[in-house]
Amino acid sequence: MQRIGVFVCWCGTNIAGTVDVSKVSEALKNEPGVVYSTDYQYMCSQAGQDLIKNAVKEHNLTGIVVCSCSPRMHENTFRKTASAAGLNPYMVEIANIREQCSWVHKDIEVGTEKAIILGRAAIAKLHLNAPLTAGESPVTKRALVIGGGIAGIQTALDIAEAGFPVDIVEKQPTIGGKMAQLDKTFPTLDCAACILTPKMVEAGSHEKINIYAYSQVEEVNGFVGNFEVKIRKKARFVKEDLCTGCGICTEKCPQKKVPNEFNLGMDNRSAIYIPFAQAVPKIATIDPNACAKLKTGKCGLCERVCTAKAIDYTQQDQIITEKYGAIVVATGFNPISMDKFDEFAYNQSKDVVTSLEYERIMNAAGPTAGKLLRPSDGKHPHKIVFIQCVGSRCENCAEKGKEYCSKICCMYTAKHAMLTRDKYPDTDVTVFYIDVRTPGKAFDEFYRRAVEDYGVNYVKGMVGKVIPDGDKLIVRGSSLLDNKQLTIEADMVVLAAAIEPDKTARSLATMLTASMDTNDFFTEAHPKLRPVESPTAGVFLSGTCQGPKDIPETVSQAGAAAAKVIGLLAKDKLTGNPCVAEPNQLMCNGCSSCERVCPYGAITYEDKEYRMPDRTTQMRRVASVNPAVCQGCGACTVACPSGAMDLKGFTNKQIMAEVDAICK
Amino acid sequence: MKVSYFPGCTLKTKAKDLEEYALKSAKALGVEMEEIENWQCCGGAFTTSSDEIATKLSSVRALNSARQKGQSLVSVCSACHNVLKQTNHAIKSNLEFSQKTNNYLKSENIEYNGETEVLHFLELLRDKVGYDEIKAKVVNPLKDLKVCCYYGCLLLRPSKVMQMDDAENPSILEDLVRALGAEPKYFGFRNECCGGYTIMDQKGDAKGKSKLILDSAKKAGVDVIVTACPLCLYNLKKNQDGVKVVYFTELLAEALGVKE
Repeated sequence: MQRIGVFVCWCGTNIAGTVDVSKVSEALKNEPGVVYSTDYQYMCSQAGQDLIKNAVKEHNLTGIVVCSCSPRMHENTFRKTASAAGLNPYMVEIANIREQCSWVHKDIEVGTEKAIILGRAAIAKLHLNAPLTAGESPVTKRALVIGGGIAGIQTALDIAEAGFPVDIVEKQPTIGGKMAQLDKTFPTLDCAACILTPKMVEAGSHEKINIYAYSQVEEVNGFVGNFEVKIRKKARFVKEDLCTGCGICTEKCPQKKVPNEFNLGMDNRSAIYIPFAQAVPKIATIDPNACAKLKTGKCGLCERVCTAKAIDYTQQDQIITEKYGAIVVATGFNPISMDKFDEFAYNQSKDVVTSLEYERIMNAAGPTAGKLLRPSDGKHPHKIVFIQCVGSRCENCAEKGKEYCSKICCMYTAKHAMLTRDKYPDTDVTVFYIDVRTPGKAFDEFYRRAVEDYGVNYVKGMVGKVIPDGDKLIVRGSSLLDNKQLTIEADMVVLAAAIEPDKTARSLATMLTASMDTNDFFTEAHPKLRPVESPTAGVFLSGTCQGPKDIPETVSQAGAAAAKVIGLLAKDKLTGNPCVAEPNQLMCNGCSSCERVCPYGAITYEDKEYRMPDRTTQMRRVASVNPAVCQGCGACTVACPSGAMDLKGFTNKQIMAEVDAICK
Repeated sequence: MKVSYFPGCTLKTKAKDLEEYALKSAKALGVEMEEIENWQCCGGAFTTSSDEIATKLSSVRALNSARQKGQSLVSVCSACHNVLKQTNHAIKSNLEFSQKTNNYLKSENIEYNGETEVLHFLELLRDKVGYDEIKAKVVNPLKDLKVCCYYGCLLLRPSKVMQMDDAENPSILEDLVRALGAEPKYFGFRNECCGGYTIMDQKGDAKGKSKLILDSAKKAGVDVIVTACPLCLYNLKKNQDGVKVVYFTELLAEALGVKE
């Protein structure tokens, strides 16, 4: 017989407000096996934990039930408490009387009754608990960072600086990401290239960092500390070790009419190309969709002009398999497509551009060499209208835009407006907005400067339609503060397009078994307390793959993710979760149902010899679980038709005992 | 191909051109347009934004009549098409509207639940006949003719109900004009309102709206503006200064060699 102690927590008024805690404690005293029961204001505090420890010793307890908040919150805390008092940490049961009771009930009698029932269920389960011991697994001391934008670069640098080797996988031919395309950065207006490219060079030359550019993650196996990842290194048709990045091939290439992705198609590049002058690694890449030699076999000019003999038209994709202890996702964002926003005439006029395109126009290395010229006719625009929230905060328009705020648009629009007015005082700038949201360090001051010092005309209201008319754009919008309809004849219109996670994120999440929200942003383990960890152990989040973020925030989060990775890689061994599946092989009929439902590939089958009556033996096919891979989800226990599969700590008997106690 | 045809009042009076050229062209393209019997005004003379059911009953009768023959219901007038299509949509998607309508029509032994396919003549040309087929049948290509296609409001909106084309950036008329051998000229105000019924009591407003459209078309360099709507044609003609405005069916008939 167990000797059980019950500890009912008030959680201040969180629980005590709607549950009569002393009544719960009194009622549970009468349950079988309960030898001690009490309540306390904050059971998780030092004093509360001491109370538990003392009771364990004083009353010779064999197990404890804590009636408190969700086990997600403090199960670990109380397991440590039990451990310190000499109990097995798995002899602790939590009855969640906060999230699942006091918070959802208003009536104190109903809340109290339910709390007693939940406590009873936990006691019934505890009677069947057995001490469990966690296994250990080694840690591969190498990290993988997926995505080579500012988030990935910063995370990789921070991990490498702590002495652990890091691989960056980037799908573009160069690292740098979106930040490399930006002109100036708010709120200090330092140029993006000046602060990013040194970091790119550092990442490229760091002895602990290895960059797989023009590569993609194909397959992820394993678990925290022991991931095995297959990386596809796409053929560049250029030998990386020989190419010096001199660029002669890109100059001589006769195919020069390929839309340049780096400038968002506003100018052209050659079929063999280096995305931009500061690319890392600075290696040429042949675009197989544009190269005449690869398509028709005729040309070969780049091979002839390359003095380094780096061109190789026969190069194939390579698959690299590598082991990692931790994986950081830094897959970033993209602006949404403007195809469904025809009211703003993006597809009807070249002079309607997105903010990222405007960024390239303003950039000294952009298609106009930094001069503000209209894409349609190369003339200087005298009137520019900026439209914010295009596709952001778009309620009931899931087929078109996003419900969330993209967060960065207010600030970059203020930046664009201010820079335009600063460089071209003859250009009139109007910004249409729903709200201006600038809550960051020195952000609101920045916005006010745009209005007060630079004379940017901010109009509260949205634009209904942009009409291309001759060489003008007629912008029709409403000014809510004046209660007036406005018609502006503009030369250019700039759309602050909503941002969304990169399209590759969804398939990557499936490979990593990491969860995503409805917008395909990666979900964090806890929105406040574990913001850079994914709920999947060993997978961490950096940058905009987790939600819209500006550069300062991205860099902070990148560092935080690195700190978590360093903490993990610093350990030699990881303690596993002992609550894993275990088959009763004598009952197993070898049907493979469990193997099919296991999302982690933890179940295999083996042939075992069994002794039968009359001194005969029989070979039987039975399930076996790899405890290091099993995550304890319990899917197999439900799928097993013969009841052979059980989850330690959550056995079928324990669950039934809980149900019985609730229904009593 | 046989379809039911709903002409509408205006096509029998002010907009005879629109009907005449449509019927001639249809014949040339091998489409039989069977005028439904005893049709009444679609209800377009009443405001389409009101939910008055009585004004929609004539539309339901027309839709039901096409259903009984198992044919699609085609109209050429933008306004009639708009009313027919919206009424059909309301019957399908709004239970209260459908019940009330059917209660009204019980005495006529009609029970209609939105089964009929409602098509504008342009949709018939694009989706049933096919622009490639039309192109092949053109005997008199309208070479070098610069055409501005004016949509107005009723043809495209509300876009979720009408589902004819992208309401903000349509192409159904331009593609037709191209099939006829002419050159479509895109202009900004092609799907803006012409002023509509405000011509009755606020002539200045309607004139202003029409002028924007005409000026914008002129800027694009235009020989002729085409439209599918009698009211648009009226407003544009009323305020035109030198720009020719005709129904799209006229160009179609001309290209197919059946104009006279």
